[in-house]
Amino acid sequence: MRSKHWIEFAIESLIRVLGLSSIGFVLLIFLFLLKEGLPAFFEVAPENLFGVRWYPTFGLFGTLPLILGSLLVTATAIAIALPLGVATAVFVREVAPGWAREVLKPMIEVLAGIPSVVLGFFGMTVLAPLVRVTLNAPTGLTAFTGGLILAYMALPTIISVAEDALDAVPKSYRDAGLAMGATQWQTIWRVVVPAARSGILTAVMLGMGRAIGETMAVMMVTGNAARMPTTLDSLFRPVRTMTATIAAEMGEVARGSTHYHVLFGIGILLFVITFLLNLVAAGAIFKKRRRGGLR
Amino acid sequence: MDVKIRIEDLTYAYGDKVALRDVTMDIPANAITVVFGPAGGGKTTLLRLINRLNDLIEGTRMSGRILLDGKDIYAPATDVIDLRRRVGMVFALPLPLPGTIRENVEYGPRLAGVRDPVRLEEIVVRSLKQAALWDEVKDRLDTPASALSGGQQQRLCLARSLALEPEVLLLDEPTSGLDPISTGRIEETLFELKQRYTIVLVPHSIQQAARVADYAAFFLMGELVEWQPGDMLFTNPRDQRTEDYITGRFG
Ligand SMILES: Nc1ncnc2c1ncn2[C@@H]1O[C@H](COP(=O)(O)OP(=O)(O)O)[C@@H](O)[C@H]1O
Ligand SMILES: [Mg+2]
Repeated sequence: MRSKHWIEFAIESLIRVLGLSSIGFVLLIFLFLLKEGLPAFFEVAPENLFGVRWYPTFGLFGTLPLILGSLLVTATAIAIALPLGVATAVFVREVAPGWAREVLKPMIEVLAGIPSVVLGFFGMTVLAPLVRVTLNAPTGLTAFTGGLILAYMALPTIISVAEDALDAVPKSYRDAGLAMGATQWQTIWRVVVPAARSGILTAVMLGMGRAIGETMAVMMVTGNAARMPTTLDSLFRPVRTMTATIAAEMGEVARGSTHYHVLFGIGILLFVITFLLNLVAAGAIFKKRRRGGLR
Repeated sequence: MDVKIRIEDLTYAYGDKVALRDVTMDIPANAITVVFGPAGGGKTTLLRLINRLNDLIEGTRMSGRILLDGKDIYAPATDVIDLRRRVGMVFALPLPLPGTIRENVEYGPRLAGVRDPVRLEEIVVRSLKQAALWDEVKDRLDTPASALSGGQQQRLCLARSLALEPEVLLLDEPTSGLDPISTGRIEETLFELKQRYTIVLVPHSIQQAARVADYAAFFLMGELVEWQPGDMLFTNPRDQRTEDYITGRFG
């Protein structure tokens, strides 16, 4: 009895130590980010830091083009991945015959494991020329190309999480829909998908989380020109994202310089933006859930 | 007695598992037909077949016929959607769809193309009254259906089916898991409804079967053991197995 008690205690402590230390590490990283990044907000005047020109060698640290670049690429990715992902999840879960589902599910999960460099390489050598030729543009390295690659990266996550959400909808919802004279499609779109809505939103959030923080593939296919994406054709012109900027410039900046602090400052901004987006999305989910609603 | 549904030599199997074997019976119009027996007897399967709800299940085999008003519901010419509007079904677990009380009741009519708000309002009021739920919910039609109690949710599911004005109502253990008062209310509702509808009920107990049955059919392991007017079956069963079951000697 006593020894059992002792083992219990040891295991409990071990788990506690592991849990606390992982929280500790996250905190340390966060503190480090703040320590290196916060000075940027004092060293660089706000109108410069949030200006439209990013020329670090001339002391111009305008992060706005980078922020907008990230948002543009991410929004494009979501616009492509959301309908495609949900439609695929619906197909896999609701329409495909049993054997096809057994084949498709693991295949989709394998897609998630493709390293992002490989995708970036594929984007550079196959997708970019394709975009350039079909759009007759000067370059195929554009925000749109980045959005495509990111959509592709987010798809496996969106599909499998959305699929799980559909799977969790009680079978009786389907029966109830059918029994009321709904067709299979009406049952899917008006009963099953709305019932799985919060799960589908989670799927999109997770997919988006992967997309906005993604660096490698994006850096390889977006052209990395820090221009303001404010004209109508910006989607099909090169852009530069926040993550790509950090990755590309961190290696060559002098430690402790203003440029160095600004790069960490961009990290803080990225963190804040991601956090806000998640907050908004979570808020939307809760609001919808409270209201109910069947459409 | 008018026959509403005629079941002829019906055999049905899920893969190798035979769920119904050579079932032949009639379901009379404007009466409550009770389908009862131990679990796994094929009662749910029978109801789902009458509504063609098993169409999407893979690997099943069926032979025999089910006639509604003399027409084979599995004939290629049958419009399944129309059939399901004429034959409503209420399931064992009361499960409102996500959304408000009103949305739940309007759901079927909207699918059927009813858009006129006045007409929809009429349907909501009539269906909820028929399901004996109106008084309890009339002040909160636009609140989430999930906030209703179990008995209320089950009556809402009934109202949802009634909204389509079906000719036949299939009820699969609609009162399992409900308290006696809610059960009583639903049974009273059924007595009212049978003036206008043909009702097939899988009861949750033999007592309930005896209380509501105009006609009763006893199913045992996929076989229809016997089928006759309720008062005769429960007082004077023909088959020894029926007698054993209703007197509680097995099952
Ligand atoms: N979807 C299904 N797939 C395979 N077997 C099933 C399915 N539904 C029911 N069965 C089988 O058919 C038999 C009859 O089931 P059911 O109609 O649910 O009986 P009851 O409603 O009388 O309990 C049972 O043996 C059950 O295991
Ligand atoms: Mg059953």
